[in-house]
Amino acid sequence: MSNVIQYIIDGIALGAVYALAAVGIALIFGVLRLVNFAYGELITIAAYVLAVTSNWWLPLSLLAAVASSVALAVLTDRVAFKRLREAPPATTLVATFALSFALEAVWRLVFGVNGRSADVLGALNTTAISGAIDVRWVTIVEVVVGAALLSAIAIFLRRSTIGLQMRAAASDIRTARTLGVRADRVILSAFVLSGVLAAVVAMLLTAGSPLVTPTLGLEVTTFALVGVVVGGMDNLVTATLGGFVVGFVNAVLGDALGADLRVFLSSFTYLAVILVLLLRPGGLFASRRATGAERV
Amino acid sequence: MSRARTAAIQLLGPIALIVIVGLLGSASSGAHQIDFVNALVQTTIVIGMYIFIGNSGVISFGHISFVAIGAFVAGVLTIPSVVKPTLLPALFPLLANHSVSPFASLLIAAGAGALFALVIGAPLMRLGGLAAGIGTLAVLEITHNLLRYWEKIGPGARTLSLVPTTTTMRVATIGAVVSAVVAYGYQRTRAGRLLRATREDPAAAAGAGVRIHGQRLGAFVLSGAVAGLAGGLLVHALGSITTEQVYLDLTFVTLAMLVVGGMNSLWGAVVGALLISFLDTYLGYAENGLDLGLFRVNLPDGLSTVILGAIMLAILVLRPSGLTGGREFRIPGLRRRATPAQPDAEEEDGGAAPAAETSA
Repeated sequence: MSNVIQYIIDGIALGAVYALAAVGIALIFGVLRLVNFAYGELITIAAYVLAVTSNWWLPLSLLAAVASSVALAVLTDRVAFKRLREAPPATTLVATFALSFALEAVWRLVFGVNGRSADVLGALNTTAISGAIDVRWVTIVEVVVGAALLSAIAIFLRRSTIGLQMRAAASDIRTARTLGVRADRVILSAFVLSGVLAAVVAMLLTAGSPLVTPTLGLEVTTFALVGVVVGGMDNLVTATLGGFVVGFVNAVLGDALGADLRVFLSSFTYLAVILVLLLRPGGLFASRRATGAERV
Repeated sequence: MSRARTAAIQLLGPIALIVIVGLLGSASSGAHQIDFVNALVQTTIVIGMYIFIGNSGVISFGHISFVAIGAFVAGVLTIPSVVKPTLLPALFPLLANHSVSPFASLLIAAGAGALFALVIGAPLMRLGGLAAGIGTLAVLEITHNLLRYWEKIGPGARTLSLVPTTTTMRVATIGAVVSAVVAYGYQRTRAGRLLRATREDPAAAAGAGVRIHGQRLGAFVLSGAVAGLAGGLLVHALGSITTEQVYLDLTFVTLAMLVVGGMNSLWGAVVGALLISFLDTYLGYAENGLDLGLFRVNLPDGLSTVILGAIMLAILVLRPSGLTGGREFRIPGLRRRATPAQPDAEEEDGGAAPAAETSA
């Protein structure tokens, strides 16, 4: 029994991190119909900034991380995505790869291939509860921060004017523009918000394991993107739930599979992904009306 | 200009380019030959992807899994049987006890690619759009995971080495030319046209009675065969391979080649593949110092990838439909209507003869 509780706790913690990453991806997709593989680089830069500033005063270091990923998010839009608004979906998709590819090479060039240690929140990596179940502080923080931030975003999207405009743009940007929503402002807010989320994901990831490598963000992004599609990407709530489920299933399978089967963890996860896609092409949590009609 | 002549010119453009690269490669010095072979093998991979992605308009991240399967099947079946027990002790008896010639291994690689594409395509081709992208990505992840850790089917995380290096410049050129002919032949058939109709407007095509699932599956299987063949060519070009060489990086690079060239035409696939491949190679050399006659370029390590990514991004921003705009090869100035018959015929003969000679 304590085993099962342990699995569930680990699952919720990892699910919360992936859910945050999923919101960042789904926000951009919602407003721009852009599948942003370069999202991972926002996480990576925030993690490297944490590594470089690890001897600063803690709040300043966290702030620098947020500033860096927000700046990169806005910069990538200005330099690349803004010019690709009318381009075919395959072109924008590959453009985000190319950007991610180039930025990853920049990280290698600037920070080296061996990785840096971002031991900023290392204090969280200690045991909070021990005994039948093991809980580290970072697990508690992941769950609490994840829940708090997701609620804050939900309130922001429902209560603030710009949040309302973002939801309007997500459901139909052309109509929203006709009705006076300023698309540029909405898009800018989406990129800023996704940058903030990426920085928080970087903080939580480095608190759990401080090693920052050039591919850190890409790995998280791939899983989160899979989660977004599995959950149903036309809606922020279903996309977030999808990210959560992928993280949860991954953590639980990682705990529950025996040592000899654990190397096949990603096969099991992705097999489940294929099954869900075949049974519910519109998304696991999508309403019946969403059919998963062609978009890309 | 008749339809057949248009078709001949559209096919001869890509073939001539491939043959020219093959001839230049043969003429180049020994150390650089492998770069040309590599470029031709990558072109074959991209042509394989084009058959499905270009004609259907559906993005697939899964084609490198066909390349991986082709490479490992061809490699495992051709390494010397005396070293198999030590190199690959846990192999299934079927793979452990059989060896074939390198040429036969290419055919088996193509067959394995097609069979795998049929098995996974039958369910997955029901998906469209992003769901298809993620579904095929899942296939790539599973293939990579199994090849890396299941030692009954291959070397696992170790390098598969001692594979006979039989992909010479001539073999690589013929492989790419055959793939181009298959790709062009397919897109001129009824099936190819029906699939292109579903790309332009799925609802209208379905309304006109096109079975989208069946047409996509057909192209998927054919492209799986070409990608499997390319995998066989790859392993026989390198002589050794690891699972990491046929995974995400290769997926991204080959997809970028296809889109940068222009994913709606065979000409685009070939131009994109050759251009990016050579850019990648020579930018890599520039990190070790590249003599350009007048001056010497010496880039810091790692900068070449940054530049390559930036160039690809710049091309996509400036030409969102790719360098060729997704159009097939045409001879500039050659118009259907105003051209007199005489120079037209010369043009075609002049283009056809040398290409046919050199590729034979």
